[in-house]
Amino acid sequence: MEYISVFDVIGPNMIGPSSSHTAGAARMAFLARKLMHKQVVKVEFILYGSCARTYRGHGTDRALAGGILGFDTGDKRIRDSLELAKQQGMEITFRCNLDETEIHPNTADIKMTDETGHTLTVRGESLGGGKVRLTRINGVTVELTDEYCTLLVFHLDRPGVLAHIADTLNHNHINIAFLRLFRSEKGGETYTVAECDDPIAEEVCRQVAAHPAVLDTILMEREG
Amino acid sequence: MDFKNAEELLALCIEQHLSIADVMRKREVSNTSQSPEQVEHRMLQALKIMYDAAHEPLETGFRPVGHLIGKEAFRLEQRGISGNSLLGNTLMKAMVYAQAVLEVNASMGLIVAAPTAGSSGVIPAVLFALQEAGGLTEKQLLDGLFTAGAIGYLLMRNASVSGAEAGCQAEIGSASAMAAAAMVAMQNGTATQCLDAASIALSNLLGLVCDPVAGLVEVPCQSRNALGAANALICGEMALSGIPAAIPFTEMAEAMYKVGKSLPESLRETALGGCAATCTGCAIRTRIFEQ
Repeated sequence: MEYISVFDVIGPNMIGPSSSHTAGAARMAFLARKLMHKQVVKVEFILYGSCARTYRGHGTDRALAGGILGFDTGDKRIRDSLELAKQQGMEITFRCNLDETEIHPNTADIKMTDETGHTLTVRGESLGGGKVRLTRINGVTVELTDEYCTLLVFHLDRPGVLAHIADTLNHNHINIAFLRLFRSEKGGETYTVAECDDPIAEEVCRQVAAHPAVLDTILMEREG
Repeated sequence: MDFKNAEELLALCIEQHLSIADVMRKREVSNTSQSPEQVEHRMLQALKIMYDAAHEPLETGFRPVGHLIGKEAFRLEQRGISGNSLLGNTLMKAMVYAQAVLEVNASMGLIVAAPTAGSSGVIPAVLFALQEAGGLTEKQLLDGLFTAGAIGYLLMRNASVSGAEAGCQAEIGSASAMAAAAMVAMQNGTATQCLDAASIALSNLLGLVCDPVAGLVEVPCQSRNALGAANALICGEMALSGIPAAIPFTEMAEAMYKVGKSLPESLRETALGGCAATCTGCAIRTRIFEQ
């Protein structure tokens, strides 16, 4: 069973009014933003389920925009995030999809475009109490949270990549808690998620990225 | 160090001569990479945020708040000051603070979910009302928060603190149980008395449904925070006077969870039943969302 911290109970410290619709929304957008290396200039949010029905009343739009701007759940700037994004020249749009019903009730798709025109679409789910997980990256089903020190590796579906990742972590004395590989199809886009007990240094990322089949590495540090 | 239920928690307290708060502190340090100082510092941050949220609406008086609520804490405080209140100062203050935190929450202000945003007023209300009544130290308030954290952890692990899953009893009920235990701990009650207070608090609010008008965390959430705080004070007093809980905490938590699971979906945060489904509740929803 996943560890429940005293700060999961007395916490999170958050901008109201709803842990799932406000704090969770900020959190999922914050995580999604971490998957982009360059300046994000355009974001389209597609809201599903109860997110779509009540987003204005819960400030979900401001929370999502705040997360993209890198604000934590307790950052008071969330209240003004839409205006702040506009000032930065970031184009943010919201769309509701109430037709899709076979979906977790608090779900949003986040389509980000960076300054070079590169786009990435991430699906996030708010699980309650401010907890979230990312469940899709560019259509590939994944499961990604910020509960651990997490290394996300985007790579080609080739033999030896997983061994290389495990080996590199081992050499750096990093204990792996969970290691999972997600792919769309044989030979297709592949994401490996390594959730670790120990902090992962940038240098470890570079070592993992040195493998010819590795396309990108992203570090998601557990907060606090 | 860890515990799975109230019995294991109590055994740890007795074996190691520790309070519930200190068991919870040690548990956090031994299961994470944080030092005791970091854990204490983080809880102090939470306490400070709680303090600000409980007091801010009284100082600024009329900040624009949610769609449906605003100024309730200020009005209550004015009545308290006028001397017309029929309640004692501690209960009056608890009501004021509970409602104040929900005003901050509704206006996209900073609060500590404890255990949820919708129930975030209960614990600060009890902490600060008792501090004013009895001159509690910061250390005692932190003991209160760690004790509340232990109760909340058990409910999160073995039952639920989610309105969508188990109704308002899981949010306000849990917060009230946590605050009741905190009160007992801050008044130097025993670990058993803390659990007794929590158990009685849960039983008092058993069956409370989650029915937010227009789906917003405002009505009836705000006044139910005052109810949760009052209930915590009642149950804390009972336990401190030596009245035991007839039903042990572990069984009460299980009962709360079962009752929650048996609630129809319309009474679990969907805004389709209870207060939300009244004619007025529906009209408010239309006014806010369909303009």
